Amino acid sequence: MSVRHALLALLNEEPKYGLRLQNEFEARTGEVWPLNVGQVYTTLQRLERDGLVVTDDGENERSQKRYRITSDGARELRNWLVTPPDLVPPPRDELVIKALVALQVPGIDIHEVLQAHRRHAIEEMQRYTKIKASADAGDVALALVADAQLFRLDATVRWLDAADVRLKQLPPRAPADAPAADVESVQTMEVSR
Amino acid sequence: MTSALELRQVSKVYGSGPTEVHALRDIDLSVQRSELVAVMGPSGSGKSTLLTIAGSLEHATSGHVLVDGVDLASVSHSDRARMRRRSIGYVFQDFNLLPGLTALENVTMPLELDGVSSKGAREAGLEAMEELDVAERADRYPDELSGGERQRVAIARAIVGERGLLLADEPTGALDSVNGEAVMRLLRAATQRGVAGVVVTHEAQLASWADRVVFLRDGHVVDQTVAPAGPESLLAAAAQR
Repeated sequence: MSVRHALLALLNEEPKYGLRLQNEFEARTGEVWPLNVGQVYTTLQRLERDGLVVTDDGENERSQKRYRITSDGARELRNWLVTPPDLVPPPRDELVIKALVALQVPGIDIHEVLQAHRRHAIEEMQRYTKIKASADAGDVALALVADAQLFRLDATVRWLDAADVRLKQLPPRAPADAPAADVESVQTMEVSR
Repeated sequence: MTSALELRQVSKVYGSGPTEVHALRDIDLSVQRSELVAVMGPSGSGKSTLLTIAGSLEHATSGHVLVDGVDLASVSHSDRARMRRRSIGYVFQDFNLLPGLTALENVTMPLELDGVSSKGAREAGLEAMEELDVAERADRYPDELSGGERQRVAIARAIVGERGLLLADEPTGALDSVNGEAVMRLLRAATQRGVAGVVVTHEAQLASWADRVVFLRDGHVVDQTVAPAGPESLLAAAAQR
């Protein structure tokens, strides 16, 4: 989450004081990202240094300053909105490792392992759905944030379902025959990232 | 407390000998009023069979099915048919509305079949349609309704009158995710008004609307969720991770 660009977006509407920016930032991100006022002013200082915002009064207390977006700032905001986000390694990669390792461990039923993760994922989804269900119908920010998390968890459950089907179609094999290299190569991939 | 629905050691076997298929094995499940339970499982896990047996549309090979404490096997064929009409509502994937009847006539049909007067049925039908916010479409025919409206009418038909058990098989059909969510909200609202609900689905997002999710595999209940305490906000949800 880029605080810098979120502040630019808020300033793109009209000039604002720091405290108001803090309140609006929290309200519009479904209150998921609390932001202390120090972070707000540090970020505003950097934006000012980079010429993306200017203040009305140069010498006043920081809380007295009103910030205004520059044309460079507006351009930076538009570019950021259409730039693909950093593709951070998805959290379910650890799940892939666990499934691969489970295949190698004698006495472990892979389907039970997958089911444990499916249950955890769905319990987590129930939490987010409950929040969405009790939210005001007009709270679009909260619904969008909850949906994003729900779709991510949904992808995890679909992967677990697909893994279940795939493994069921395999002929049973003795654990000793399983190539350990599979796990090693995945771990190497992880490290190299 | 008597469960609205209780399955005790229910098994279902199709065919016999070498072609025998065990669709359900020793299922124990109880659902309370005001509770929405989702049943998830891969194709062939027995989830639709579970629903048809719970709704008395099919007989169990062994075990007991109790609706409001009444063992379906202990009552006569005609009493069972009456329970099916009066106590149990169904929502199907493809809505199953009759095209020659208006929306209201579709909703009131189970009551009229049960001998309720036209006037009484009409009042109860409109009340159910109002709960689902579709009463203003009462005189329209199914082909004049949108997909979302058709599903609302189908749910109204399932809860009309005094029904205590609502059974739904993939009730969001081909609706997109936001309209599918709307259907789950309606089913949840219906159960919160005191009905017991069972929804069969293969979609995790829809299942997550339920109070409890039961997982079937190869005809067995293999697992179920523990009711989440429910954080007050997204922030708390994120903090619990």
